[in-house]
Formats: sequence, structure tokens, C-alpha cells
Amino acid sequence: MKKINANAVPIKKSLKRDWELYLFLLLPVAYVFIFNYIPMGGLVIAFKDYEVRKGIWESDWVGLEQFKRFFESYMFKDVMGNTIVLALYGLIAGFPIPVLFALTLNSVKNKRFKKITQTIVNMPHFISTVVMVGVLMLVFHNRLGIYGNLVHVLTGEYPGDVFASPSAFRHFYVWSGVWQGFGWSSIIYTAALTGVDPSYHEAAQLDGASRFQRVIYVDLPTIVPTIVTLLILDMGSILSLGYEKVLLMQNSLNISASQVVSTYVYEMGISGGGAGNFSYSTAIGMFNNVIELILLIIVNQISKRISDTSVF
Amino acid sequence: MKKSTKIKNKQDRWFYFFCYAVVTILTLLVLYPIVYIISASFSNSDMVALGKVWLWPVDFSLASYKIILKHGRVWTGYKNTILYTAAGTLINVAITLICAYPMARKNLWGRRAIIFFFTFTMMFSGGMIPSYILVKQLGMLNTRWAMVIPGAMNVYNMVVCRTFIENNIPDEMLEAAKIDGCNNTQFFFQMVLPLSKAIIAVMALWYGVGHWNSYFGAFLYLRDQDLYPLQIFLKEILIVSQKLNSADVLDEEVTTTVYQTLKYCVVVVASAPLFCVYPFVQKYFQEGALLGSVKG
Repeated sequence: MKKINANAVPIKKSLKRDWELYLFLLLPVAYVFIFNYIPMGGLVIAFKDYEVRKGIWESDWVGLEQFKRFFESYMFKDVMGNTIVLALYGLIAGFPIPVLFALTLNSVKNKRFKKITQTIVNMPHFISTVVMVGVLMLVFHNRLGIYGNLVHVLTGEYPGDVFASPSAFRHFYVWSGVWQGFGWSSIIYTAALTGVDPSYHEAAQLDGASRFQRVIYVDLPTIVPTIVTLLILDMGSILSLGYEKVLLMQNSLNISASQVVSTYVYEMGISGGGAGNFSYSTAIGMFNNVIELILLIIVNQISKRISDTSVF
Repeated sequence: MKKSTKIKNKQDRWFYFFCYAVVTILTLLVLYPIVYIISASFSNSDMVALGKVWLWPVDFSLASYKIILKHGRVWTGYKNTILYTAAGTLINVAITLICAYPMARKNLWGRRAIIFFFTFTMMFSGGMIPSYILVKQLGMLNTRWAMVIPGAMNVYNMVVCRTFIENNIPDEMLEAAKIDGCNNTQFFFQMVLPLSKAIIAVMALWYGVGHWNSYFGAFLYLRDQDLYPLQIFLKEILIVSQKLNSADVLDEEVTTTVYQTLKYCVVVVASAPLFCVYPFVQKYFQEGALLGSVKG
């Protein structure tokens, strides 16, 4: 059998043989260059004082002024704090439930029941962020939603508006995320569990292990590598908290808990400040991205050592 | 021996009971709000406001749907969303495939460098403002192009696609085809594409759902109401309008209770297409999700 070693092929021969493939790549490469790399170049405005009239290149350099402004701003601590708290809370609350669901679902024998429940719990994954937040506001409306009515039935009084409370914001954000995502996240565990060698179960049964013991000593160890890998990955992207949902749930009353880095960038750059703050908000976003990149690299190294899997 | 088996069986019964209970409770927690919303949308708005609706519609009524469906902006939104979803998905899938196929060829010169060129964008990005400036400078602000062009390829999806092609189209097949006088382009169209139907379906679904559900691009780049997709209209009616009254959104004055029930209808109207298709295609979604996780 002839095996072609990638490094052994000289560039000329490769170009002659595969020129069509490079032609194929032309469009995607150009596309990614324009829409991903040019904005990266646009990051220079973080070191400038961007003015629309002057454009990106003509605007004046200000060095690290924009970053300093952010670090010294009274918002810095709040924004970073909120981002980290929200992300960690989401990770801690969101991680165990898919594992629990996959393990229990795997122990269920009835195939039909399995299929129906799986279909149902996966459904919310396809709900748009707008609808998700809308549903949350409808269901937890303090007078007209299920929540308001339930409290009314139980206590005779309507509760206060939960969306005005900064402390409630965190719970709503995180648990609505769990509601929407746990089914989908469990798919990967469910798949890993179907890969368990049945002979392990038989052997354990012969040794007198109960079903519960088999879950703990046979099923769980099988998915531990998957759990570790996913956990590490999640930690790497912990700062990339999506602004879409936070922005929709945000209002002037809960802003003290709901202003995170990405929403602050939006508010400074697009909605509030306008072009005058482009540089400032780009600097904030860049600061976040750089930290996130460092986290990703660290986490990837750890992942390589521990579970022999790496993302890149 | 017999006794211990009995105890074990008893333990197992409890355990099975526990498993069924956990699965059932979690499933009901997911299902209940969905059922409630559908029921509320088909109920008389006074009954919803009075808290009479708990599970099934009370005093069945289509009045709210009539108000929503005769409203022009719903249809404009629908039309735009379908347009963006169809055009966007087509572009996405095409670009993803022509990128994934060369990347799946292990002996392509410079492959590692090109892959790094793509995957680096998953780790680092210019962020919101530089992207906004770019779209503005390209003259796409407030045009339909801004809805389909900037998101034309998701690198993660491309990697999934590449993995699929690597696993399903062996090198030997290409060698054989080449002996028969087939060139790379012919091989792509006549062999790779037909053999990749499954992954093309997954890609179309993923991109399609993404377009259908996205709001932020429109929110950032569009100003003109006629260009708004459905999600922006939803956002206005469901979320912004907590402070506004119905006249500001619907050009029509309705009472607060009616307006609240309208929101349930809007949720159903916007999500119905996905939910109708979903049970039939969920198999593909899951397969794709697993494919992606095998090797990221």
C-alpha cells in the first residue's frame, strides 16, 4: 500500500495535484479573513481615540489610556464581579444535572418512555433567546403569571415584581439556562453510556452488585473522562458569557447584578455612548477576550495532561 | 443466597423507582411551562388574568390569535425571517462544505497552517465594536446583507463537517476515482456530496435554527422596521413592552389583560414551525452533536 506522507510532498507537486482544492478554499479563507481577522485588526482602536471623521488609521494614539480608564472606573469591579459570579454559578448549577439525568435515564428500561422523555427535555434547546426570556417573564409575572397566581392562591396576596430584584436576576438567569440546556447537554453522556461494555455489567451482577452499585462502579467511571473534558472546556470559556440573554433580562432595577462585561461593551459602544466611546468599549471587550484566550490556553494544557484530549 | 437476592431485588426496585422519578420530574418541569403557554394562548384572556388557567385552556378562545394574525408586522417578520433563514442557510452550508472538503484531505500542503487560521478565530475575536465598524464600512448597515453575510461560516461546524468527511470517505476511494480519470472537483460533486447527505442535513438544520432564532444581528445592524425579522418583533412585544403599552408596539390599543394573552400567542406563533419539525429531525441533531464532540 502506498502511503503519502504530508510533509514529503513538495509544494510544487502539491499545488499541481491539488490546485482545485486551494481554489475551493479561496472563498472560505477570504471570508474568514474579512469577517474575523479584519475586526481583530480593528482592535487597534482600543489603543486610540477613535473618531468617525478620522477613521481607524487617522485617529490619535492614546496608548493604554482606554484600559486605564476601565480599570479605574467605578464600574470595573461590579462588571467583572457580576461576570464571574454569573458564570461560576451557571457552571456549578448547570453541570451536575445533565450527568444525573443521563445516569438515571440510562437505568430506565422502558424504551418508549426513554424516547419520549428525551424528546421532551431536548425541546427547549431550540427555543430562541427572545422567546426564552419572554416565557420567563410571562410565567413569573407577579400578577398574571403562574408564579403570581400560585402565590396568590397560597397566601392570598400577590408577590412583588421578581424582575426588579438584583439578587433574583442571578437565579433566573442561571436556572432558566439549566431548564433550557440540561437535556441537550445530557446527550453526550447518554451516548457515552451506551458505549459501556455489557460484559462489565454481567460480571458485576455475578458478583452480586445491585443496580445502584453498578451505576456507581460501572456507568459513572465510563463517563468520567467525558465529564472532566467538558468541565475543563467550560472553565476555559467561562468569561465568554453571552450578552444576548443578559441584555434581554436587564432593566434599570436589576442592573447592579446584570451588568456584565459584554453588556457593558454594548452599552458603552452602541446604545449609550455612540461612536465617541468606540475605543473605550473596544478596550473593555479586548481585555475580556485576552483573559479568555489565556484561560483557554491554560485549560487546554491541563486537559492535554489529564485526559489526553485537547481542543486545538 | 436466596435471601440476599431478595434484598438486592428490593434495593433494585427502589433504585428503579428513584430513576423513573428523577426522569419524570425533570421531564415534567420542562413540559409544564410549554403546555401552560399553549393553553394560555388558547384561553379567554380574562381567565388567564384571573389565574383560572393551570393546565388546559379555560373558556377556549381564538380571539388573541385573530388580533395577532391580522397584524401586518407579524407577517413582515415571518417573511423576513424565512428569507434570512433560507438564504443564510444556503450560503452557510455551501461555504462550510467547500471549506471542509479540502481540510479533510490529510496530504494537502499547508493543511495544518490553514486549519490553525480557521480555528484561531474560535479562540479570539475582534469583538462587537470592530465588527460593527466593519459592517458599517462595507455599507451593509441597515440592509438585508447584514443578516446573511457576516455569519457565513461557523468554524466549529466546519470542523464537524471535516471530521465526518474524514471518517466516511476513505482515501482509497479517491485513489480509485483518480485512476478512473476523476479530478478533485468531479470527486467533490459526484462522490463527496452524495455521500455526505447526512452531515449536510445536520448543517442545514443547525444553521437554519440559528438564523431562525437569532435576534442580536438584526438588533445591532437594522434600523428599518420593514427589514426586521420575527425575533425583533417578538422582543418588542414580549420584553420591551413591559414598560410600553400595546399601542406603541401594535398600533392598536388593547387592555393589559388582553395584551398579556397576546404574548402567549406570539410565543406559540413564533416557535410553532420549529416545534412541528423538531420531532422528525431530532435524530439528525443528536447525531451531529455527537459527531462534533468526538473530535473538536
